[in-house]
Amino acid sequence: MRRYSVFAIAREAMRQHNGWDRAWASPEPKSHYDVIIVGAGGHGLATAYYLGKNFGIKNVAIIEKGWLGGGNTGRNTTIIRSNYLQDPSAAIYEKARSLYETLSQDLNYNIMFSPRGVMMLAQTESEIRGYRRTEYANTLQGVETRFIGPNEVKRLVPIMNIHGPRYPVLGALWQPRAGTARHDAVAWGYARACSDMGMDVIQNCEVTGIESVGGQVSAVVTTKGTIGTKKLAMVVAGHSGHLANMAGFRLPVESVALQAMVSEPIKPAIDVVVMANTVHGYLSQSDKGEMVIGGGADHFNNYTQRGSWMHIEETTRALVETFPMLSRLKMLRQWGGIVDMTGDRSPIISKTPLGNTFINCGWGTGGFKSIPGSGWAMAELVAKGEPGPLAQAFSLDRFREGRFIDESVAAGVAH
Amino acid sequence: MLLLTCPCCGVTAEETEFHNAGEAHLKRYGPGSDDADYEAYMFARKNPRGVHFERWRHAFGCGKFFHAARCTMTLEVFGTYSAQTLAPPAEIAAKIKARRPEWEGYK
Ligand SMILES: Cc1cc2nc3c(=O)[nH]c(=O)nc-3n(C[C@H](O)[C@H](O)[C@H](O)COP(=O)(O)OP(=O)(O)OC[C@H]3O[C@@H](n4cnc5c(N)ncnc54)[C@H](O)[C@@H]3O)c2cc1C
Ligand SMILES: [Zn+2]
Repeated sequence: MRRYSVFAIAREAMRQHNGWDRAWASPEPKSHYDVIIVGAGGHGLATAYYLGKNFGIKNVAIIEKGWLGGGNTGRNTTIIRSNYLQDPSAAIYEKARSLYETLSQDLNYNIMFSPRGVMMLAQTESEIRGYRRTEYANTLQGVETRFIGPNEVKRLVPIMNIHGPRYPVLGALWQPRAGTARHDAVAWGYARACSDMGMDVIQNCEVTGIESVGGQVSAVVTTKGTIGTKKLAMVVAGHSGHLANMAGFRLPVESVALQAMVSEPIKPAIDVVVMANTVHGYLSQSDKGEMVIGGGADHFNNYTQRGSWMHIEETTRALVETFPMLSRLKMLRQWGGIVDMTGDRSPIISKTPLGNTFINCGWGTGGFKSIPGSGWAMAELVAKGEPGPLAQAFSLDRFREGRFIDESVAAGVAH
Repeated sequence: MLLLTCPCCGVTAEETEFHNAGEAHLKRYGPGSDDADYEAYMFARKNPRGVHFERWRHAFGCGKFFHAARCTMTLEVFGTYSAQTLAPPAEIAAKIKARRPEWEGYK
């Protein structure tokens, strides 16, 4: 693989750009691998990357039924933050956020990490108390956050109306090194690096069955034939229940639709990310100038990547009160993704009832931010067969043991 | 937007009038049951791609719970029925079978 650099651009500029390599190969599957990863979203690709980089395991295939990053990884509003309440969450999300800081350099691929700062608005008394508590927890965890007052909020976001009437802004939890990144580039950058290590990224190939011998996984059945494997990692977000069913177990996961939309592009108007959890509205401005807007998830099981109109209404209604200028904007596009919700709103990184089979899911509405940290922890689990310190608390048996990592109280909703 | 008919009061309305309450027909396990059964009852879900039986509450209407049979791949509602049943009634199964001949029946 040729490295991308300023010299490469200069060289190619001189010869009509006909010397660029393909970013990744499109191989046919081999008959057998050491590790098969199902799902080429961010989490699956990051798992493969750190398997190769941290553990030298490179006889790996990443199998994707659609296209690279065509699941939630290419559908999210790209908010990256790590100001969670519980210690295990703060540890893995902060690991991810810190890996994001240098990911462009590590991958030699510009993922456009933009640590522009994220604020979570406190619009009720209980949110003030909740976020102050999170601020103290974050201080102990070594995550830099600060509770700021309404005047500071207004200074950072002049287009915001902080006086209500329905929900005045009373303050905010501010994480200055949180921000956004280019979602497709995260998938593409990891895929290019995996392909460069000799791994096979196989697109347009759906896993339709899982074969086992004596309680150990032996192969996956796919639309491109049966492929043998020593170990299997399922990293398919909203489709986890379906894959688990093939492997013969059930998960504490329900799949629901979450939607987002973008406006027509306008001049720079807001240079931080704002989350309003009480009213379910998230706002940032993309580099192209579009207002990127996310809202609340639907409540019923759904695999259609199509959500309910009521949530679009709810979100725009809330945001127009807080950002009156939005009322004049036209929306360009709206879409949905199928997110995997667990009971405690925390992810699962775990062994499963089937031998040598591991699962990474349950990131729900907020797993873009965690991609590097999750891949790091999942790679260790797959390589060693036992979870390391980052993954340990997120095992499946926490549901049996009542050891929940309750983030639903901390965030109201997670993003 | 789903349209549901509440079998308790007969009103047909948009989904904003209702609240989804998760998988229907769960077998309940209480104190004294073993850990695996209790965990499965509390957390493990079918979450199927296709025909799903689920509980709904007519939250901004009569307030009562009822059941619905719905397809999670198309959002088609096959029908709603009383919550006072242990399994989907025969006429709901027939309606599903008419629309989804490959459906293997309630398990
Ligand atoms: C609208 C929306 C907004 C969001 N906003 C944010 C945000 O601001 N910040 C944040 O941190 N998170 C956000 N999220 C959540 C985040 O997008 C997800 O948690 C994350 O992208 C999950 O990544 P993944 O790799 O696990 O799953 P995915 O990217 O969904 O990848 C799973 C892949 O598995 C493939 N697959 C499924 N079944 C099979 C099969 N049988 N065989 C082969 N392949 C299969 C799918 O095609 C898919 O490509 C948002 C999500 C949505 C939908
Ligand atoms: Zn009713």
